[in-house]
Amino acid sequence: MRKELGTFILLVVLCAVVAAINPRFVGGANLQNMARLIGMYGIFSIGLGVVIITGGIDLSVGSVFALLGVLLSITLTTWHWPPALAVAAVMCVSVGLGLVHGLLVTRVRIQPFIVTLCGLLFYRGLARFIANDETKGFGTGQGFEWLTALATGSLFGVPAPFILLVVVAAVMWVVLHRSIYGRYLFAVGRNEEAARYSGVNARAVVASAYVVSGLTAGVAGILLAFYTNSVSPSSHGNFFELYGIAAAVLGGCSLRGGEGSVVGILIGTALLQVLQNLVNLLGIPSSLNFAVMGAVILIGVVADQLLKRRQPLAVARESAGGGTPPPPRMAAGSAGGAGD
Amino acid sequence: MPTPVGLAVHPGEVVALIGENGAGKSTLMKIIGGVYQPDEGAVFIEGREVVINSVADAIRLRIGFIHQELNVLDNLDVASNIFLGREPRRFGLLRLIDGGRMYRDARVYLERLGLDVPPDTPLSRLSIAQQQMVEIAKSLSQEARILIMDEPTSSLTLTETERLIEVVRELRAQGVSIIYISHRLGEVEALADRVVALRDGRNAGELSRAEVSHERMVRMMVGRDIANFYVRPEGGARESAFEVRALRTRRYPQHAVSFAARRGEILGFAGLVGAGRSELAQAIFGVEPPVAGELALDGRALKIRSPQDAIRQGVYLAPEDRRRAGLILEEAIRKNVSLPSLARYASAGLVNADAEGRAAKEVCGRLNVKAPSVEVAAGTLSGGNQQKVVLAKWLAREPKVLIFDEPTRGIDVGAKHEIYELMRGLARAGVVIIMISSDMEEVLGVSDRVAVMHEGRLTGVLEREQCSEEAVMRLAVGRTETAAA
Repeated sequence: MRKELGTFILLVVLCAVVAAINPRFVGGANLQNMARLIGMYGIFSIGLGVVIITGGIDLSVGSVFALLGVLLSITLTTWHWPPALAVAAVMCVSVGLGLVHGLLVTRVRIQPFIVTLCGLLFYRGLARFIANDETKGFGTGQGFEWLTALATGSLFGVPAPFILLVVVAAVMWVVLHRSIYGRYLFAVGRNEEAARYSGVNARAVVASAYVVSGLTAGVAGILLAFYTNSVSPSSHGNFFELYGIAAAVLGGCSLRGGEGSVVGILIGTALLQVLQNLVNLLGIPSSLNFAVMGAVILIGVVADQLLKRRQPLAVARESAGGGTPPPPRMAAGSAGGAGD
Repeated sequence: MPTPVGLAVHPGEVVALIGENGAGKSTLMKIIGGVYQPDEGAVFIEGREVVINSVADAIRLRIGFIHQELNVLDNLDVASNIFLGREPRRFGLLRLIDGGRMYRDARVYLERLGLDVPPDTPLSRLSIAQQQMVEIAKSLSQEARILIMDEPTSSLTLTETERLIEVVRELRAQGVSIIYISHRLGEVEALADRVVALRDGRNAGELSRAEVSHERMVRMMVGRDIANFYVRPEGGARESAFEVRALRTRRYPQHAVSFAARRGEILGFAGLVGAGRSELAQAIFGVEPPVAGELALDGRALKIRSPQDAIRQGVYLAPEDRRRAGLILEEAIRKNVSLPSLARYASAGLVNADAEGRAAKEVCGRLNVKAPSVEVAAGTLSGGNQQKVVLAKWLAREPKVLIFDEPTRGIDVGAKHEIYELMRGLARAGVVIIMISSDMEEVLGVSDRVAVMHEGRLTGVLEREQCSEEAVMRLAVGRTETAAA
């Protein structure tokens, strides 16, 4: 809880500062647009968080978005499948890929980083090949207006993706923090061996986390495709996995596994979107976009470490879990900064 | 409240430092080793006061420290470990490692310890005991005149322990002063010139060589008599309840192990480390499913392919490495205790934390777990209480067969006694108890019968009246009764 509080305070302070400098920040249109983005990013960040809680990682999300976008476009506009069928097919692909990742991690015992790094490369290439490296769109959207509405519509002024996020987050909160399955996820993330000796089917639990990530990536991927309304296979979804990882880490997930919360991930996602927004509203050159994000994540994580050191209880826990500062956290921030 | 404590060691003397966990042994040693600084008081070497502000200071003062956990790098070879950070150089500015000299010098120290491995052997190929010798060699290469050894035998086999004791004697003969911390009183008896006991951070007494005896040491440590330290077997006719037939573990598929444990007894499993006892336990519990074999409880076959299967049928294991396999140290006691039984405290897949907490509190109370509440992390508890939490996991359910793998390793005397009483109580209540232990005294003191293994083979099962240290040792080194005759 304390961990989330820190990030939450950072979020509030940042919002207040931006709003003070540029009142357009709290304007209806801006808030709406930000909520829409938070909705889309939040959904797949939660799935990524689940994987991170088991001590794994999923780097393939962005490329999966490209693949799903291309497939959606082809099935809907070229093959004229019924929209429900196209959505079902795309969800099956996304969940299926998650399952494959999970099985490679648990059965073949390949490190999650490598499995999903290969996925990142492979799906991107596949998407470009299928699309002939051409940008795919959805034309006028005739026949599947409801799908477009899911991504771009609003209900009582609240963007539909945000509403979806609230639903997903509520479900996942119960699953992670109240259910037996959630308890198993944390147990396996903390100490897979001890969980196994307590009768937890650790392999199934770990594999399932990738399926959950596939599921949320599927939902977010569909929303994103209709939000952008055009899918250029070489850039669609680029870096999105890193945004998700950054959101999870900012929200208190440890890349060592066993720690994290849905609320934290939501706060982390919101923080990232506010940062993006801040660059635009404060007139910072957009080329500095990544640099700002990387710097703020780094500051947040460093502050978190320093605060933790001052809490004796947390220190005891740190030393038990191997107290070295986790370098991958830095990687999440700096990789974003170095990109583009 | 800081309490003063004192200790003196003479040249060429082995002083054994004993005391329960938390008595202050390690703290005192870490002060001498430069890890901690004292609030008050001073250290004198050869009559001169010295200041030890860091481990580097300690090394300069020729104080060596062999920690309980090994501090070696298993990606380097033996010589590189011995000279880590002090590698002989050549070519001045280039500062290249003088490999020839390093390996030559390493050989000298290895010979002094009687460790017969080439200095370029990768450390990962050595046994734990040999790695420990490398650590001792490292201290010798720093010309240690005072050597602190913190439970050096806790993960060694019997023969390795004997070898280590020999080495300690040789070092003593060479004039090294040794402070030897151990929970194993048999070792202390065999080795110590003097025994110093600590209790609650202060001196609790001292015994000279002639005065050393088991009872006196225990009395000094706990501050009272333990009339009967081991809870004695009770005897009586019993019938087989849990049968293992022709079980072949993955580690030793060539040997089929069969035995039967009787209801009401504690069946001890003795043997050297690596005899395949833990592998047997893991095969029974389903962690490493066996390649062949059958299990039966009260004549009914048990089918166990995973820990889930075992747990469902009431077969439980308290594993050897409780910090890694027994507990999730960072999690609350409550969550550790309930992990195998979550379904009991849940409806529709959602956990009722109140019911869970009540159950955890109840079973921890029954086991006398000393903790401020069931919400504290299991890792904050002492070794004995951690072991009790492991047991609480299983006693919150209905155990039918309970396998204890090294149940009292690293646990202080008082808690050991409690664990023995608990095992005896469970046996009396009809639970089949199997106890794997590398502590000979413990096996002989607690077991009704003793099964002995050697390199994956069950070499014999001794009835109570046949049990003796010699009989167990003979089987443990692989001589079966017929072969010995």
